[in-house]
Amino acid sequence: MRFLMKTDYYQDIQLFKYRSTFFWYLSLVMACLILPLLLDEYLLAQLTFICIYAVAAVGLMLLTGYTGQVSMGHAAFFAIGSYTSAILTSKGIPFVLALPTAGIMAGGVGIVIGRPILHLTGLYLAIATMGFAFIVDEILVRWESLTRGNLGFYVDPPSIGPLTFDTEISFYYLSLVILILTLFAARNILRSPTGRAMIAIRDSEVAAEAMGINLAKFKTIAFIISAFFTGIAGSLYAHKLFFINPESYTIILSIELLAMVIIGGLGSLHGAVFGAAFFILLPQVIIMTKDSLPKYIQEQTGLEPALFGLLIVLVMLFEPMGIYGRWLKTKYYFEMFPLYKKDSFKREKKYQKTERR
Amino acid sequence: MDVVNEVLQTVLSGISIGCVYGLVALGFVLIYKATEVINFAQGELLMLGAFISYSLIHMLNFSYLAALVVTIIVMGLLGMLLERSVLRLLVGEPVYAIVIVTIGMSFFFRSVVSMIPGWGTDTHGFQTPFTDKIARKGDLVISWEHLSIILITIALILILFSFFRYTRIGTAMRATSQNQLAAVYMGISVTKVFSLTWTIAAALGGIGGILLSPITFVHMNMGFIGLKAFPAAVLGGFGSLPGAIVGGVIIGITESLAGFYLPRGWKDVAAWIILIGVLIIRPQGLFGIQEKKKV
Repeated sequence: MRFLMKTDYYQDIQLFKYRSTFFWYLSLVMACLILPLLLDEYLLAQLTFICIYAVAAVGLMLLTGYTGQVSMGHAAFFAIGSYTSAILTSKGIPFVLALPTAGIMAGGVGIVIGRPILHLTGLYLAIATMGFAFIVDEILVRWESLTRGNLGFYVDPPSIGPLTFDTEISFYYLSLVILILTLFAARNILRSPTGRAMIAIRDSEVAAEAMGINLAKFKTIAFIISAFFTGIAGSLYAHKLFFINPESYTIILSIELLAMVIIGGLGSLHGAVFGAAFFILLPQVIIMTKDSLPKYIQEQTGLEPALFGLLIVLVMLFEPMGIYGRWLKTKYYFEMFPLYKKDSFKREKKYQKTERR
Repeated sequence: MDVVNEVLQTVLSGISIGCVYGLVALGFVLIYKATEVINFAQGELLMLGAFISYSLIHMLNFSYLAALVVTIIVMGLLGMLLERSVLRLLVGEPVYAIVIVTIGMSFFFRSVVSMIPGWGTDTHGFQTPFTDKIARKGDLVISWEHLSIILITIALILILFSFFRYTRIGTAMRATSQNQLAAVYMGISVTKVFSLTWTIAAALGGIGGILLSPITFVHMNMGFIGLKAFPAAVLGGFGSLPGAIVGGVIIGITESLAGFYLPRGWKDVAAWIILIGVLIIRPQGLFGIQEKKKV
């Protein structure tokens, strides 16, 4: 374990805690850059999806993991991003403009919906956002003159100037760059006064308010930022799939996004990426191991979702703090090496003391 | 008088669907009150109940009543098993982790049902003694299927009400839902209460499945009705038992009226629009109590 002597306020909020951390992140980025040379197109497409979902998960992580507001309606922002980008590019507006507009559009809708419902707490907020997602989904189906309803919408591959991102490799690099920019932005937001206000709200609303934090304002800001990133991810998703229809943006997607941030580990940006990777890679692993099963079971169409559900249950039973929690424990084990105690992270199993009626 | 009649007719069928929403919502609320967990698998429990009673009636030739009783017992046991084998391991862990576990369970149940021979991905019809029978009162016509749902729900509410009001264990459950620590001090076994809560909630889901099957038929995606029960539970104020039923009936009536009088597409969102409207005016739902923030 390393101890750092902090002599300056800015040392407390700097981007990387140790200089070596910067080096490790740099090597990770390098590894991601040369990865396409080693993988086939199919796996590369899965990596692209991890990047796209990770952008959305970072968005939701800022809201749920850092501000403590649970949203079960992020599929709506994802959909708004997708459709904004798809409609704009089909009208001849370049992708460079359509991508940020998709995010801004989602953020704008976030303001409209966020103002009235953000005074709700916990469960009520989750259900209200879920209702919002249902309404947006229905609008996408019914507003046929704009969205072509259930027929779906064809989207062109994106292009920036002379570059067209129509191959797997080029699209992978595009998503990777956007993911890195998103993570960088999120990290910077989190160490700004806004981000620290968000974390204060998560830890205790009463204490935050007593410190002079305007709850309504910062909750709305968190909601807008979250919607913005999710909208960006939605735009990328539309251009990756070439074809979108409202069926891709149902409540299942909202639940999956929420499950991603929780399985990844709430309250860490690593967790958002881990969660996205878990959700994309697990079905692939299941398909790969399927061949070793008896033939009758192999032929069942329900096998993959069943194993998927079972594995989610097992992962949460094994590690309720999420994948990032496991990572922390492993790291702590080596840092403390001979002194690690099994109960270092153990939570006291306690009865809830809350007074309810 | 035709218009009045038409409205009444629509409202009545709305009430009967609303009763099923209410029953599922009751399952949510029971578990939430006892353990602060939202059980996303409640809709899937309803689906399992429907499939079990379908097999009993159509494959093993049980009578409707016998099937009802057996389904309640089987679902109750399943609920107890789930609590014992999965949820008890998670007592004291963060609530959101437990919620994700219930989401995983719902994925699992839905796909497992499609793998069981005879159940599969098909839609199955469901015959009851009430099928194709009609009750008349003046100009008003209502099918026995709808009437049976309303009557059975009323009976269930009375049973549950007296259970919570007059029995020792019912009182213990109410005490636990108010303050777990105080309940432990009073000598109540909180683990037993949790186990019983899951048993009752799963049995309620099973009953909901039997009641709903004649109307929507039996299929593997029946569980999505659980998503309609969310607004029902929240409308009533999550944490209020009568609120869940009232919320369910309100959602049912709204849906049925919207389906009849408004253009296509409104039926599915009407419930949500009402819900968001109510929450903006009354953040704690109709019957909920505003919780005070504590430092």
